Parts: sequence; structure tokens; C-alpha cells
Amino acid sequence: MDTVDLIIDGITIKAPKGEKILWAALDNGIYIPNLCALRWAEEPHAGCRLCFVEVEGRADPVTSCTEPVAEGLVVHTDTPQVRRLRRTAAELLIAAECPDCGACAKNRHCELQRIAAFVGVKLKPKRLRPTPKALPVDASNPFFIRDPNKCVVCGKCVSVCSEIVGANAIDFTFRGFETTLRPFDVQPVIDERCESCGECVAICPVAALVEKDLRWPKEEVKTICPYCAVGCGIYLGLDEGTIVGVRGDEENATNKGTLCAKGRFGIADFVHHRDRLTSPLVKRGRTFSQISWEQAIDLMATEFAKYRGEEFALIASAKGTNEDGYILQKFARVAMGSNDIDSDSRLCDAPSLEALGHSFGDGAMSNSMDDIERAACILAIGTNPTSSHPILGQRIRRAARKGAKLILANPREIDLCRLSTLWLRNRPGSDLALLMGMMRVMLDENLADLSFIEERCQNFEQFQDCLRDFDLGLAEEISGVPQELLKEAARTLATHKPAVILYGSGLTQHSQATQNVLALANLAMLSGNMGKGSGLNPLKGQNNAQGISDMGALPHFLPGYQPLSDPQSREKFERAWGYPLNPNPGLSLTEMLEAAAEGKIKAVYIVGANPALNMADIRYVRKALRRTKFLVVQDIFLTETARLAHLVLPAASFAEKDGTFTNTERRVQLVRQAIEPIDESRPDGQIACQIASRMGFEGFEFDSPSQIMEEIARLVPQYGGISHQRLTEAGIQWPCPTRDHPGTPNLHAEGFSRGRGRFAPLKYEAPAELPDEQYPLMLTTERSLYHLGSMTQKVEGLMRLRGEELVELNPADAANLGIADNQWVRVISRRGQVKAKARITEASPPGVVSMSAHFAKGAANLVTGGELKLSAVRIEKAG
Amino acid sequence: MTDEEERIRQTREILRGHGGERGKLIPILQEIQARFGYLPREAIKEIAKFMRITEIEVLGVATFYNQFRLNPPGKHPVKVCLGTACHMKGGVNILEAWERRLGIKPGQTTPDRQVSLERVACVGCCAMAPVSVVDEEVQGRVSPTRVDGILLSFELEKEKGEENSK
Ligand code: SF4
Ligand code: SF4
Ligand code: SF4
Ligand code: FES
Ligand code: FES
Repeated sequence: MDTVDLIIDGITIKAPKGEKILWAALDNGIYIPNLCALRWAEEPHAGCRLCFVEVEGRADPVTSCTEPVAEGLVVHTDTPQVRRLRRTAAELLIAAECPDCGACAKNRHCELQRIAAFVGVKLKPKRLRPTPKALPVDASNPFFIRDPNKCVVCGKCVSVCSEIVGANAIDFTFRGFETTLRPFDVQPVIDERCESCGECVAICPVAALVEKDLRWPKEEVKTICPYCAVGCGIYLGLDEGTIVGVRGDEENATNKGTLCAKGRFGIADFVHHRDRLTSPLVKRGRTFSQISWEQAIDLMATEFAKYRGEEFALIASAKGTNEDGYILQKFARVAMGSNDIDSDSRLCDAPSLEALGHSFGDGAMSNSMDDIERAACILAIGTNPTSSHPILGQRIRRAARKGAKLILANPREIDLCRLSTLWLRNRPGSDLALLMGMMRVMLDENLADLSFIEERCQNFEQFQDCLRDFDLGLAEEISGVPQELLKEAARTLATHKPAVILYGSGLTQHSQATQNVLALANLAMLSGNMGKGSGLNPLKGQNNAQGISDMGALPHFLPGYQPLSDPQSREKFERAWGYPLNPNPGLSLTEMLEAAAEGKIKAVYIVGANPALNMADIRYVRKALRRTKFLVVQDIFLTETARLAHLVLPAASFAEKDGTFTNTERRVQLVRQAIEPIDESRPDGQIACQIASRMGFEGFEFDSPSQIMEEIARLVPQYGGISHQRLTEAGIQWPCPTRDHPGTPNLHAEGFSRGRGRFAPLKYEAPAELPDEQYPLMLTTERSLYHLGSMTQKVEGLMRLRGEELVELNPADAANLGIADNQWVRVISRRGQVKAKARITEASPPGVVSMSAHFAKGAANLVTGGELKLSAVRIEKAG
Repeated sequence: MTDEEERIRQTREILRGHGGERGKLIPILQEIQARFGYLPREAIKEIAKFMRITEIEVLGVATFYNQFRLNPPGKHPVKVCLGTACHMKGGVNILEAWERRLGIKPGQTTPDRQVSLERVACVGCCAMAPVSVVDEEVQGRVSPTRVDGILLSFELEKEKGEENSK
């Protein structure tokens, strides 16, 4: 990097060329008062006029936030003229804000106070008459207040919301003295563009944007957000064992300090919720009664012993830590002699694991989020990342802002459409046809990267054959996307490198999911986008969806994807664990439930998962679970599934335990205990260890989760170099085979995990369930920005932002059915029906309706079927 | 078709005649205002969608210029001059008198849609300061009592109108 030398206040410093004086000074410990400057901002705001300095050879003082450094510059930050100017600037700001510090939530934490003290002016200025503004205060947002009277018009909130978050939800309106910062909708309406991420609140130097019930923490613990698979770094702010606030970890490579509403505002309420389970509960008749842990462990040891082998199944959750997940599968395999272990992330992830395993040899994301933000082209299909993976969504918006080509394939209009280069609005379930069409164009127009294919792939000829009879007309007919658009998309993807492809559950919760993923793998190889900075990326759902699979909570794989069918792998684990392993592959989640319904599986241990709400066709799921002889559910709340249990165990939340989560980009990150377990709750892994020990099994005596990680590192090659010790500073992306390996941000960059990338021939098949006369609409399920699992539903503010199930439908369909906005309707499928309110919106294309499947009331999964995301339904007015 | 739907339809019609580049926002806003007399909320939403920006970005631009109204003009538009001469002669007090009597702020319209209030710069009749323009007619040397008088005449006219329609 080119640097220059300059002298500030007599001190010689080095600064990168082009850097502004302000940042050069601050980086070297020289304070210059400033209120409106942002290092990353595209344009300096330069409105507060506090940052004046004198530069030798210049007649007038300059604002240091706009003036670049130069070789040999001599700068003075504290001359009489500078002092006079910044005092006036400070007085003007104070007069406009007319502070009443004693009554302000940010008293003693306010930047204006700090600046006033530094430049030496009083907060009750005499020289300039204060001009009270009496603008209405907006308290509509559940988490923060907007008080324009206190605004110093520094513009930081507007910049952060547009340049970092990318929501563009707030702006200044009017001019001069009446300048008011606002979103489009103000009290009483909660603005819809605003994502309630609180980034503007975090950056506001005064109390114009301020958290409701703000409390300042006495200490902080660095950990990881427990919600989605982005895995944002957070600091939990604590006061006497209570979480009082959350802030983003700016050093975390994944989120770089930003958070979404769930992470920032949705943690304390669920951790400290009065509904937390506080002791083991056993069902007596129709009600639960409390028992002691001793009794509970005894009960399990006796009952589970009756069902060893294939009468036992374990359902883990992608919420838990890696250490918990590892222990649970070890418990099932060693103590129970059963491979019937699976997790609730299975439904979205299994197709990726299978298809990408076939094509590349690894089912994980190829890229890191840094790659995605740097890519020249992003294709996002079957995913709405600004809702499902908010911080990744922000980073995609930033990439698009900086000029990356953004191609979207999605039936519904999503926020990213605003920033997209191309939006392929395909019919639900037609992804395969769309992708085959794009590949057809690449072959026809010689856009395929033949040298890449030659060098690194195999099976190309067979693949070409499969497209021979699939012409573009057919792709257009099936997908509803005009041929011209398909061509544009293919050309854009093939000619802008590096390109990254992202896909989500919209693509995988289908009957042809595996074909869809194979098609994407082909597309990535065909366009030569499986190298440095490019790749194919399945977006995982829950916080530890990646980790739970890595840990072997899978029926066919031992930890680290070592095949159970492989005698050598089995032997390795038998030796390590000291017990013989059942060689028979276990059942997948869906198969387990079938076996339970048939009475073949008699004891089920469910840890953190809530299949009675989250799986498709929940009526069937509930029936299956009711048939079991002994159902143990371990969770932090009495979930829909827990209500069915014979024994309920109180689990500790993420804030109450140590461990690791592996995020969607394979980054293993340290989760740290911040508070003592609530009441009698215990960490999941610890509970399983206690049962195993009580049953007489060895190898479950761990002092701490970090000891469990040591065992994992010994047995799971991808985690070979990982230890809690190493993760203290920052996370590591697997594969990390050895202690001195730095981790792998970009998988398959040089070679594929399986050697050569394998093209897979494809065959177009229609989705299993198509609309017909009786059920003329397609139902898709979407993820809400504000919800994930049962935890968010305990957070009042998130429930105010989205508190009930809504059925979104197109105005044309609504008009046909005579349905008005907000009216109660019944959604009916072949499997059942559910009541919810209608929301009429053009985001839904004609013929498509969508629900969120988050809520127990009006649960969308009463109507969904095998494909989870797609069911044919009809809608009727209710009542 | 509801009024709102009709406004959306008309907005879309106007938008069809424009390209989507950002520089075009002002002419679009002008055309919308010419059509409706103000910038209806649903029109702003349509414009945002058309320009692929957010609603608040449209609003931010619209409010930056004094020429745009966010509320439908009342039957009797009142424009209070706050140009230099009127300002010196107590124009602010006159504005306050209107605000108090009508219970609205500049840029707003009374709920019965009778009167809308606006603030303007010099209207070129400085000799008569302070000036209010009522129903496009310049009223000079306005005092708070005169404000009451004008409002009374609106009342009378309204009553007469109601009687005639009976
Ligand atoms: S909360 Fe987030 S989305 Fe909403 S205005 Fe602030 S920065 Fe923008
Ligand atoms: S609300 Fe806060 S951050 Fe936004 S402009 Fe006002 S003072 Fe600055
Ligand atoms: S929910 Fe996901 S995006 Fe939001 S803060 Fe947590 S990890 Fe980050
Ligand atoms: S920091 Fe330079 S003008 Fe505000
Ligand atoms: S200042 Fe009011 S008319 Fe000139």
C-alpha cells in the first residue's frame, strides 16, 4: 500500500495515500472532534463542521473529514481559529437539539456531550437562543424510539441504512430547520421497509434514535447469535446475570458488526422468558408433574434400556452446539446401538448432501460470505436471503450496489428484486426446467468454459446428451420465463467471473430437490464457476445446521461424513469409542416417523426439535409420536412436540453453555456461557452423558465442552485442527485438518473434494403436486425475517412486527374469490385445512399463495405435504 | 374501482410515458401533482416501484422541493407569505393564527377538506405585507382578526351551499 508521511500536531505519522486527515489522526491516537464522519461512507456528509483543522500553507481551516492526507502535510488540530470554529459548530448543534440531558436515556453515553466537553461549551448555551422543534416522536417500532427533536442531522443513520444494511428505509424529508429524519410510514403504522435491525440506532451519536428501555451492561460476553445459519458474532451485555443488551461484534468476519432484528433485539426476551422449562416433567394421565433430575435420569436409563437397537430413534436439532450434537449421536450409536439419528435440518439439507456429494464430494457451501460480497455475479435461486439470512442479504445488497450482476430466480417478488440485474419470475416448482434452459443456452451459444471442464470435470458428454431434447421453448413453457430472459441470464452468468450461485430451501424442499441441486452443480461447472472466489452455495437454515451434520447426526454417516457402510470407518469409531457399532444404516427423519406410526420404533428422544410444528403434514407427525411407548423431549420451552411427550427435560439455552456452532460458510465459532443455566435446566450434551453413564456406558465423562471438541478433533478430519483455545479470537472455516492449518475459506478452489467434478445427466420431471380444478392454487412457504423456531415467538417485539400467520395472495386471485385484505380465509389442501388472515399483495404472482409456517396458531404445516414448500390448495372465505 | 385504485391506475398511466432513470423523478412528480393536485401516497408507492427505489427515497426528494404537496388541496387553498417583507411585518404571527384556527400545520388540509394551508415565499405584493393568498386572491395587511373574518366567510358559503342542495 502506498503511504505518505505527514505531521499532525508535531507528530510524524504514516497514512495510506488518499486517506482523509481525520482518520489518519484518529488512527494515531490524535482526537479531532467529529460527529458526522463515517469511514466507509461513499461520500463524506461533512455537515457538522466540528472537525476543522489548519493545514500549513492554506489560508483557511479545512474540514479534516474531507481533506486527504498528502506527503509532508503539516496539520494543526488545536489553534485558536480551529477552537473558535468548532465551538461555534458545537453551539449551533446544541441550540438545534436543546438538550435536556438529565432526562435523556443516553445521558453520559452521548457523543454530543463528549464533544461539548472537549471543545469547552456548555450544554445550555447562552449565545444562541435554543429553538425547540416540537416534532412528533415516533415510538411505533417495538424496539426503538425516533425523536427527531434530538436529531443533529449527522446523516449517519441514513448512510448505514442505505450503504450497509441496504434497506433504504429512512431518509431526511423537508429542508432547513424542518429537516426530519423518517421512514415512509410513521406512528401509528410500523414502517414496512424498515427491517428493525437497529443499525441506525446503534450508530446514532445522540438519542434521536434510541433503544426502548435502554440499559447499560456492566460486562459483556462474546458469543454467537443462536438464530440463523449466518452465525453473527455478538456481545451479550450483562447486568447481574441478566442479559440487558446485544451488540454486533465488529471483528467477526461474517457479520462485521451488523445484526438483524432477531439477533439484536430477540435474545434476552426468550432466554429470560417466564415460560422457560424449569425442571423435568413427567406425564401422569393428561397432566405433567415435576420430578427431580435423579428420578428423570433413572427413568430414562430404565426405559431406554428396554428399547435398545432399532426400536430407538433420536431426533436432534440444528439449534444445539456441535459438542451437544456429537454427544447425542454418540449416545444413540453407543448407548442405544441405533443409527436412527437425524436432525430437523435434514429436510432442507439432505438433497444438497446427496447431490453435491455426487458432483463435488462435499455438501457444504463452497464460498465464504466475503467471496459473495466480492463476486462479479450472484445467482440466487429459491431463496429470499434478506428474510432468511438477513446479514448475508445485506452483503448481497452491498455487492449489487457496488455493481455486481444480481440474477434472481423466484416466483415471489422479494426485496432484492429492487437491486437485481435480472429477475426470472418462474412458476413455483419449475426451477429444474429453468436451469436446464439456461444450460441449453450456454451450450448453444458456446458459453461453456470448456478448458475448465476439460481440466477439472468428468462425464461432460453424457450430460450434454441429456439436454439434446430439452429445448428453450419447453423451458419457457414450463417455467413461464421468456426465452430472451433465460438467454440473458445464461450469458450474464457465463461472462461475469467470479460468479457465485446461492440457493435455499425454495429449491430443496421439493420432490425433485436432488435433481435441482445436481442441475445447479452442472451449471456451476459448465460456466466455469467452481474456482477461486466462485462456487455453489446451499444456504443452511438454522444456526448449526451445518455443524449438526458435520457431527454425524445422520443415519448414514458417522461424524465427519465417514460412511457408516464403510467397515474401516466403523472400525475407527469402534476403536475410539470402545464399543461395537450397529452396521445397519439408520432411518431418516421421515422414515423414523413412519416407523413410529407403524409401531416399529417405540422410544424416541427428541432434543430441541419441534417436528409437531415444523414438519410437513403435522397431523401425521403428531399421530406417529403419540403411538410411541416412551417419548422424551428436551427443550427450553414446552413446545407442541413436548406436549406429546412422556418425559420433558429442561434444556439450557445457548447463553447458558459453552460450545461451538458451525455457520453456513463452514465457520466454526465459539459459543460462550454468559449466564448460569436458568433454574434446573442443563446443557443437552450433559444430559445425554448422564443418561449414558447411568446406563453403564463409558466414554461419556467430560469435564467441559472443550474436552468434547478434543475428541471431535481426533475423529473428524475436517475439524482436526480445531480447539476451543484456537477459536477464542476468531472462527475457523473447515476443513482445518491440523493445528497449524488456517482453515479453508473457499472449498474446491483448486480441486474438488472428490477429485474431478462430475456432471450428472438430468431428467425433467414435473413436481409431485400440481394445481388442479379442486386445488387451483400453489402454496409455498416462506421464512419471515422476524421468526425462527419457537424462540422468536417468545419475543413480544418480534411478535408485534409479525405475530400471526398470513396468507399472501395476488389481487387478481383475491378479486376472483371475492376476498378482501385482512379477511379471514381457510386454506384447504388434500391433507387438511387452516384458518388465517389474507394479505393481498402483488409480491405473490397470480396462482401462487404463500404462508410462513412459523406459528402454532394457523400452522401452515397442517396443509403442506411431502414437498413441504409446495402444495396445491384452494382458498375459501372463512366464517 | 375505489378512489385509491383509480389513482393507482392513473399513476401507472403516467409512468408508462417515462423511462426509469433516476433523473426523471422530478418530472414524474410534477406530472403526478398536476394530475391530482398533490402527491397521493399510493402514487408515491407506484413511483418507487417503477424507479426501483424505496418510498422514502421518493418522499425525501419530493419534500426537498417546496413545489410538492403531500395532501390534497382543500377547497380553499390558503398560502401565507413568509418572504422577507412579510416576515418583517409579522408574517409568522399570521401563519400561527391560521394554524391555530384551522388546527393544521402548513402542508396539511383540514379533515373536512375545506381549507389547506401552505407557506410561500414572496408573492410580489410586498407593499401590502403581511400577505396571504386565499383562493388565488391576494389578501393584504392580514391580521388575526382578518383571518377569522375570512374563515367566517367560508362557513357562510358552506351553509349556503348546503341549503341550496336541500
Ligand atoms: S432499523 Fe435498520 S432497516 Fe430500519 S431504519 Fe434503522 S437501519 Fe434501516
Ligand atoms: S437520527 Fe441520529 S444518526 Fe440520524 S441524523 Fe439524527 S442524530 Fe444523526
Ligand atoms: S438471526 Fe442470523 S442474521 Fe440475524 S443476527 Fe442472528 S445470525 Fe445474524
Ligand atoms: S466530521 Fe467533518 S464535518 Fe462532520
Ligand atoms: S414578502 Fe410577502 S409579498 Fe413579498
